[in-house]
Amino acid sequence: MNVNFKIAKTHLLAKPKQTLVAMLGVTFGIGMFITMVSLMTGLNNFTEDLTKIASADIRMYKDITEPRPTLLEKINPNAVTWVHNVKPKNESEKIRNARQIADILRKDPEILGVAPRLTSQVFYNFGPVKLNGSVAGVDILEEDKLFDLNSKMIVGSLSALMTTSNGLIIGSGLAEKLSAKLGDLLILTTPQGITYSMKVVGVFQLGLGEIDNVRSYANIATVQKLLGKDAGYITDLNIKTTNYREARLKAEKIQATFGYKAEDWETANSTLLAGAIIRDIMTYSVSITLLVVAGFGIYNILNMTIYSKMKDIAILKATGFAAKDVTGIFMIQSLIIGLVGSLMGLVVGYILSLLLAQVPFDGGDLLSIDALPISFDPQFYLIGIVFGVATTAVAGWMPSRKAGKIDPIEIIRGI
Amino acid sequence: MKKTLLKTEGISKYFHDPQTFQVLKSIDLEVRQGEFLSLVGKSGSGKSTLMYLLSTMDMDFEGKLKINGTELTGKSPDFLAQFRNEHIGFVFQFHFLLPEFTALENVMIPALKLRKYPASEIQKRALEKLDILGIADQAHKVSSKLSGGQQQRVAIARALINDPLLIMGDEPTGNLDSVNSKIVFDTFRRLTQELGQTIIAVTHDDDFAAKTDRVIEMKDGRILQPT
Repeated sequence: MNVNFKIAKTHLLAKPKQTLVAMLGVTFGIGMFITMVSLMTGLNNFTEDLTKIASADIRMYKDITEPRPTLLEKINPNAVTWVHNVKPKNESEKIRNARQIADILRKDPEILGVAPRLTSQVFYNFGPVKLNGSVAGVDILEEDKLFDLNSKMIVGSLSALMTTSNGLIIGSGLAEKLSAKLGDLLILTTPQGITYSMKVVGVFQLGLGEIDNVRSYANIATVQKLLGKDAGYITDLNIKTTNYREARLKAEKIQATFGYKAEDWETANSTLLAGAIIRDIMTYSVSITLLVVAGFGIYNILNMTIYSKMKDIAILKATGFAAKDVTGIFMIQSLIIGLVGSLMGLVVGYILSLLLAQVPFDGGDLLSIDALPISFDPQFYLIGIVFGVATTAVAGWMPSRKAGKIDPIEIIRGI
Repeated sequence: MKKTLLKTEGISKYFHDPQTFQVLKSIDLEVRQGEFLSLVGKSGSGKSTLMYLLSTMDMDFEGKLKINGTELTGKSPDFLAQFRNEHIGFVFQFHFLLPEFTALENVMIPALKLRKYPASEIQKRALEKLDILGIADQAHKVSSKLSGGQQQRVAIARALINDPLLIMGDEPTGNLDSVNSKIVFDTFRRLTQELGQTIIAVTHDDDFAAKTDRVIEMKDGRILQPT
């Protein structure tokens, strides 16, 4: 064993309490970091999962919010024109050649699935109850590929929808409010006043109240009929990509290729996801604060140790230890404190995370979770230990260097 | 005539704090191998300062210092540390052992630093040195549990561990009673006579000095009796 290391070890073991206190400072900092980052990341992942439940990686639709140029402006593009009271044009939301576009997109190796969809606002009537909601006309098999609907079914099955032309799979919240059971007939009324009788063939629960309480799935053809539209009328294409992290770039490409608005899931849910950044900032600022405090603790303790070891340092230097050896001895001590403290911190953080994962958390109507979502990503444990050791290295550096510079003669004479 | 081990040429040393003051005035000194030499003089005569210079711990002086043919002036602190480790042994007035370590470990540390031998060999040699000083039975005691005389003997064993060219004693008996002083002196005597060890000791103790091979008396930064 290296003699510097041996001396460092003996110093640490000679004052176990002081060493332990210094380590606990780091332990506390790292433990809190792990706990907080696990919780915050758990929450972030959970939010992300929620948004993924509701929205596809990329949604393609026809954007009709563009301002409409007047005829005068078209004819005289450079002239000053003034047209009062311009009304928007009655534009169809239809994506032209949607099925062909879907076929082209499906050939792209970066795209896993494309689900055409057509949504309409409806009123659900069941007995005296009248509820506002929406019905999505879908190709249920494609939809299942994108949103894994099969696993979200409470009763009934997806295949029943395919065999029943007026079949309807309704959200769990909706089913509850309507007290609708499998096989019940619901009356759907569109904003255009068309009513249609539909049979409940299944109930799904996505875990997101805003969807479970309002949405139902039907066959595309049925909804087209409901809206009085032709068989080519499709308003949305939902697209699943191989790497949803890069959906934004892919969406831009798709938009450029087909000319329809393609929106990635992050843009669609930017308000929800903004919280993630704030949580990350909070986690890191609190953790860094804790570590800085721990760092000052180590700085203090090391300074005290060095002060009480002046004689030892003098004798080491007299017997041939160079300044760098003495600095090394004390750096080793602070690094050991940092390493052991951080490792204990990881354990503490892991235990706290495990405990937090048991804490009951009522998501209410909106979210179907029963405990706090906690992430156990090993990456954070790695960051934690690097953080801890780096802090102690910085805190230990100044006192250690000072120890290396001590003039042995001053100490020996001073006696 | 034995060969010259240590040689100084015109060493002068100044203290600048609180005001400039010349502590050593052009010291020329030669020490031969196997000599048991004592440096005496009143407080402030510069004898301790001279010893620190000779031991390479303080290199802030004018003049030249040569040990065993190696010119030491102007060398880097790291080189000097290495040189001290290998060639100079120290015995201080206040024993200066590392209190948390056992007697054996204290003796071993300079050798572990030097890394000339493997650890097992160093331990064997350290036990031999402790045996020479008659305290092999205390080897595994923590050094802070030893008596003053025992500690000083451990310190001598430590000074010997790397077979140094030179042993420096800074009032080696200054803190010991007469019995232990005699033990330390006899040890030094034996080392010079039997092993040809060179020893330079700063001392206040006239009896101790009188029994050494050569006494160098210092006064006001000069050597009084040149030899």
